[in-house]
Amino acid sequence: MSEMKKIKNLKEFSTSADRFEGANLLCPGCAHSIIVREVLNATNDDLVLSASTGCLEVCTAVYPYTSWDASWIHIGFENGSTAVAGAEAMHKALARKGRLKQPDRNPKFVSFAGDGASYDIGFQWISGCMERGHNIMHVVLDNEVYANTGGQRSSSTPIGGSTTTSPAGRVSYGEKQNKKDMVSIMASHGIPYSAQVAPNKWKDMVKKIQHGFAVDGPVFINAVSPCTTEWKFDPKDTMYLSDLSTDSLVFPLYEIIDGHELNITYRPKNVVPVEEYLAAQGRFKHLFKDEYKHLIKEWQERVDKNWAYLNRREEARV
Amino acid sequence: MAFDKMELRDIEVWDGNFAAAQAMRQCQIDVVAAYPITPSTPIVEGYAKFLADNYVEGEFVMVESEHAAMSGCIGAAAAGGRVATATSSQGFALMVETLYQASGMRLPIVLNVVNRALAAPLNVNGDHSDMYLGRDSGWIQLDAYCPQDAYDLNFIAFKVAEDHEVRLPCMVHQDGFMTSHTAQGVKTLTDDQGYNFVGDFKPMNDMLDFEHPVTHGVQTEEDWHFEHKARQHNDLMTKVLPKIQTAFDEFEKLSGRKYNIVEEYDMADADVAVVCMGTSVETAREVATEMRAKGIKAGVVGIRVIRPFPFEQIKDALKDVKAIGALDRSSPNGAPGMLFNEIAGALFNADTNALLSGYVYGLGGRDLTKAHLTDLFTELQANVDAGKVTTPLQQFIGVRGPKLSFL
Ligand SMILES: Cc1ncc(C[n+]2csc(CCOP(=O)(O)OP(=O)(O)O)c2C)c(N)n1
Ligand code: SF4
Repeated sequence: MSEMKKIKNLKEFSTSADRFEGANLLCPGCAHSIIVREVLNATNDDLVLSASTGCLEVCTAVYPYTSWDASWIHIGFENGSTAVAGAEAMHKALARKGRLKQPDRNPKFVSFAGDGASYDIGFQWISGCMERGHNIMHVVLDNEVYANTGGQRSSSTPIGGSTTTSPAGRVSYGEKQNKKDMVSIMASHGIPYSAQVAPNKWKDMVKKIQHGFAVDGPVFINAVSPCTTEWKFDPKDTMYLSDLSTDSLVFPLYEIIDGHELNITYRPKNVVPVEEYLAAQGRFKHLFKDEYKHLIKEWQERVDKNWAYLNRREEARV
Repeated sequence: MAFDKMELRDIEVWDGNFAAAQAMRQCQIDVVAAYPITPSTPIVEGYAKFLADNYVEGEFVMVESEHAAMSGCIGAAAAGGRVATATSSQGFALMVETLYQASGMRLPIVLNVVNRALAAPLNVNGDHSDMYLGRDSGWIQLDAYCPQDAYDLNFIAFKVAEDHEVRLPCMVHQDGFMTSHTAQGVKTLTDDQGYNFVGDFKPMNDMLDFEHPVTHGVQTEEDWHFEHKARQHNDLMTKVLPKIQTAFDEFEKLSGRKYNIVEEYDMADADVAVVCMGTSVETAREVATEMRAKGIKAGVVGIRVIRPFPFEQIKDALKDVKAIGALDRSSPNGAPGMLFNEIAGALFNADTNALLSGYVYGLGGRDLTKAHLTDLFTELQANVDAGKVTTPLQQFIGVRGPKLSFL
């Protein structure tokens, strides 16, 4: 196995590799690009990458340009994971047959996809890849909405979020369902590693990505990706939103090893009230009307309950 | 660990599925990603068993759907290696999105399609409805009439698809059950002959060449999309048939078995001809011979290459006939049959006054009998004698109940 890349500080980290160029069409302040760079910069190994149809894909490979200085493929909305799994299978086959052009290289296989491409339409493909044990990492850029198509709900959209297909209105507070717990579902496949990460907690992210690259078998990473356009916040506040999501425990950071053994990897010193997280985003603005204020209370209760549940699981090592 | 060669007799008794699996083994596929569906399942089962018995090396990925099967094939092909799979019917339908993706990315994947009807009503038997879903998807489509063809055309498929001037995926069609499950004598190639005919896989823009990173599957809009599609179409229309012809010629030198882009039978002086595909070609040939004994100059044109559609060869084959029956084994669902349309298109500006009629037959595995074809040739001759089409332009052969005919 190849050496794990040593990373000293953020400055060095942010400039340590350039396989994903700054030149792309993502919105200013889009967290997708930050997450991608954090994942790619965690390793010096060669990469075989895919992106499912979505913001990341349409903004980074517009012919005749590409932002990718690594092998990269896009097929469709649902099947990026399987594309990478196919490439991984080919790598295995050619290695066995002695036909690799650079047999000494140890490539990493990563598929990037939005929450829509992962939680919804691509769910079956990812589940198949996880179950079959491909040596791949699937990274969800979880902005809790179909951003590329203009902001429709996904099964990652949290309750109360206003989207174009679950709009808040005179008689509706927006999305009615709770966010799907993908990390647990994926961990239930018994895969060696699954984790939630956030771009603001970059050291935690790097550690998890490196762990993911080091294990043999499928890895599932769910990365919160604040979307300035659909969450409706100022592009300069991306990291602030990311801070709010981890520090309010709306998006707790943890990992699950081998489908059990849960570890919480970040415990905020000062837990921020959920209200503050909601208040910072236009998509939840309506929740602050009198008739919906009870939902903010329910939000807090749900987050507390989930945090207690994660703590119990950590303690019980399940 | 090296794999073992398989000793084959000169003639083996194989059905079409096993013949295809054997050809895949001899071509030494690097990755097969597959999902089962009747009647094509035995192809990938056969391949899996070859792997299990060490008659071939590579990766077999048993995915969770046909869409994933082709998605995996696309990723594997982009990584740079020989890739194939098989499907039928509903599986083919589920794959359709990915068929366009594979051809648009110019990836040389081979897909064995064992033709079967499309639900509803659910039916596991053969007709050609499924393959029409793929006919505009940018794949090369070859048609096998019997297990021997199913075997031979797989070698042709890899050779043409993987040619760097072509780089387009290729399907090999065979009729569900009638070819796929009917064992016949199949003349074989030795493992070395088969492999050497296709040759080593030569990667191009492969994702596993880390010295030359590539971006596959880009976004294009109105500024570039047309150029990509036009180029792909141009290559299909201009490069593929000559490559297929060359491959047929080379294959004939190797095996003594001759294939043609359009298979003409007794066409030199034919007055009446049927144009058809799949197993019906052989039946039609037999009946044409019988018709000649009865004084009707009958011939048969078998379509060997469905895409790119061989307009020139069709025109040439039909230039002197007086009446033509186009036989479609698929539900036209609101139009003349596909072959009827394409023959009509090919002949429209040709120097011919041939009378063209369309026949829909054999849906869901219904037999096309010699009696049906005898009637059909007789009817075509009646048209010739009358100097006009005396029957409806579109008729259904052998369907129960009141006679169905249109137009
Ligand atoms: C089969 C199919 N259905 C629908 C679409 C349209 N579509 C493209 S991207 C997209 C949403 C992407 O959302 P997500 O995966 O969450 O990624 P994001 O853009 O938010 O990063 C949709 C609905 C498609 N390309 N293919
Ligand atoms: S819409 Fe959101 S996810 Fe898409 S590029 Fe803009 S900020 Fe990023």
